[in-house]
Amino acid sequence: MILFDDVSKMYRGAPKPALNNVSINIGAGAFVFLVGASGSGKSSLLRLILKEERPSSGEIHVLGQDLRRIPSRKVPLFRRSLGVVFQDFRLLPQKTVFDNVAYTLRVIGKSSGFIHEAVPDMLQTVGLAQKAKNYPHELSGGEQQRVAIARAAVNKPAILLADEPTGNLDPATSAGIMNVLSRINASGTTVIMATHDSGIVDQMQRRVIEIAGGRIVRDENEGGYETSAIPLGELDTAPITIITDHSEGISAPTPLKLKNVANPDDVAAAFPWELRA
Amino acid sequence: MRLGFVLREVIAGLSRNLSMVVSIVLVTFISLTFVGTAILLQAQINQMKSYWFDRAQVAVYMCTDFSTLGGCDLQAASADQKIAIEQRLQSATLAPYIDRYYFEDRDQAYANFQDQFADSAVVDLVSPELLPETFWINLVDPEQSDLIFEAISGLPGVESVIDQRSYLDEIFALLNAGSLTAVAVASLMLVAAALLIATTIRLSAFSRRRELAIMRLVGASNRFIQTPFVLEGIVAAAIGAAVASLALWSIVRIFVQGYLTDALPGTVFIGPSDAFATMPLLFATGIGLAIVASYVSITRYLRV
Repeated sequence: MILFDDVSKMYRGAPKPALNNVSINIGAGAFVFLVGASGSGKSSLLRLILKEERPSSGEIHVLGQDLRRIPSRKVPLFRRSLGVVFQDFRLLPQKTVFDNVAYTLRVIGKSSGFIHEAVPDMLQTVGLAQKAKNYPHELSGGEQQRVAIARAAVNKPAILLADEPTGNLDPATSAGIMNVLSRINASGTTVIMATHDSGIVDQMQRRVIEIAGGRIVRDENEGGYETSAIPLGELDTAPITIITDHSEGISAPTPLKLKNVANPDDVAAAFPWELRA
Repeated sequence: MRLGFVLREVIAGLSRNLSMVVSIVLVTFISLTFVGTAILLQAQINQMKSYWFDRAQVAVYMCTDFSTLGGCDLQAASADQKIAIEQRLQSATLAPYIDRYYFEDRDQAYANFQDQFADSAVVDLVSPELLPETFWINLVDPEQSDLIFEAISGLPGVESVIDQRSYLDEIFALLNAGSLTAVAVASLMLVAAALLIATTIRLSAFSRRRELAIMRLVGASNRFIQTPFVLEGIVAAAIGAAVASLALWSIVRIFVQGYLTDALPGTVFIGPSDAFATMPLLFATGIGLAIVASYVSITRYLRV
């Protein structure tokens, strides 16, 4: 489904590669957590899957297609089988919940009949059937994120990419979001979620891929949020202290629950909202 | 569904940037009016050319008692000299090129002169003796007046050989300069219009950047994303072209037909049909410009 073969990504002007000889294989229907410190390369990985960036070296296959061989005019078609959710929701403020979700289908040319069938269905799935006529500013953060997930998943994508979808939400709300994502995953969609939320990772016990400094340092099934990526020197500034015991090995679950590690610099830095100004 | 969606986007885009759209309309209107004026001037020149060149003659002026030019030496041309000229005109070498010719003696010339300058005091100063006898020659092909010059101008008793078209050429040169100026102004204005369209489309895209980001993310095709912006440019330019067409029609109707035709009754002028003929060109220019400018602009904006 998603295959990275020895992929490296260098950004121009950056001294170190954002991704360094990364190889991953993610099968259909998987639920994968992508963990790692800010700047470790999680978002670069997601962008590569979306074909928003091209790798400096190595091969990427997504949904059986070699991303290097997709001509740029075919990229839109490719992206229709992917859904994306962001930390900052990115809803259209002047459109209702229904229209926000329907927008995805409208711009890829779905019929009105299909839209009026699929959108209420999707809103039901994320538990927002009652709020279809509300505007985003009338919703709570969790509800807004559910709208964003509905928008990403309404076209039944084969893959759903979520870049810290719970980064702005409290634990209870996050749990609700994870429920929605699990439900979508259960219907056959591969979900890849970049996150800093150790509680969620520990609780879900799904496959965890940890990235540090552009390299994959851990890839285990049913893993927890154990991170060795944040150096000890940064512990003072980190929002919550993390106890890391290197001698114990990397697979042991962390005793502390880590909430909202995302530091302010990390917010939305990964996906520029303005495509180009 | 998609068409409705695109049209709604176009209307939203136009109303959001109304002031910029108005400026596009104005600039395309002015530039296209200049383009149209240049075309109409050319049409006018062609009309005058076809009218006058058919009527333009080559004049062979014979010597008078007062002329010093050519081989005259203050001696009026003799009857023998005139016969010699006539024989030359009828000779096998020249005859095929000459459609017809006639001889105008002093009295006829005087009568014509009085007709032509009936309202002028100069009539009183001129007597038949002052006016030359003339052979008026209509050529089969007006371009070949050189033949007459070569064959006639050196002959005794000939004061000068004049192709009337040389007078017309001066007028046409003037009109040509006018239409070139209009073309120059028009091209500058068209450049300004193109840049203005490009800027407006960028603004419009910027104000819709959230929608654009999502459209790209969910896989809307490039054409689908670009079409509303290109249409925006087309609509604005088309309005400009429509106003320019109206302006041209008014110029022809009010200025040319209403004023010039009365002021200069001896001249043929272009009519509204010529104005109508230029309109498709104005629309094509304006819309073509808008398509190129807005397409380039939106494509560059969307390129990451």
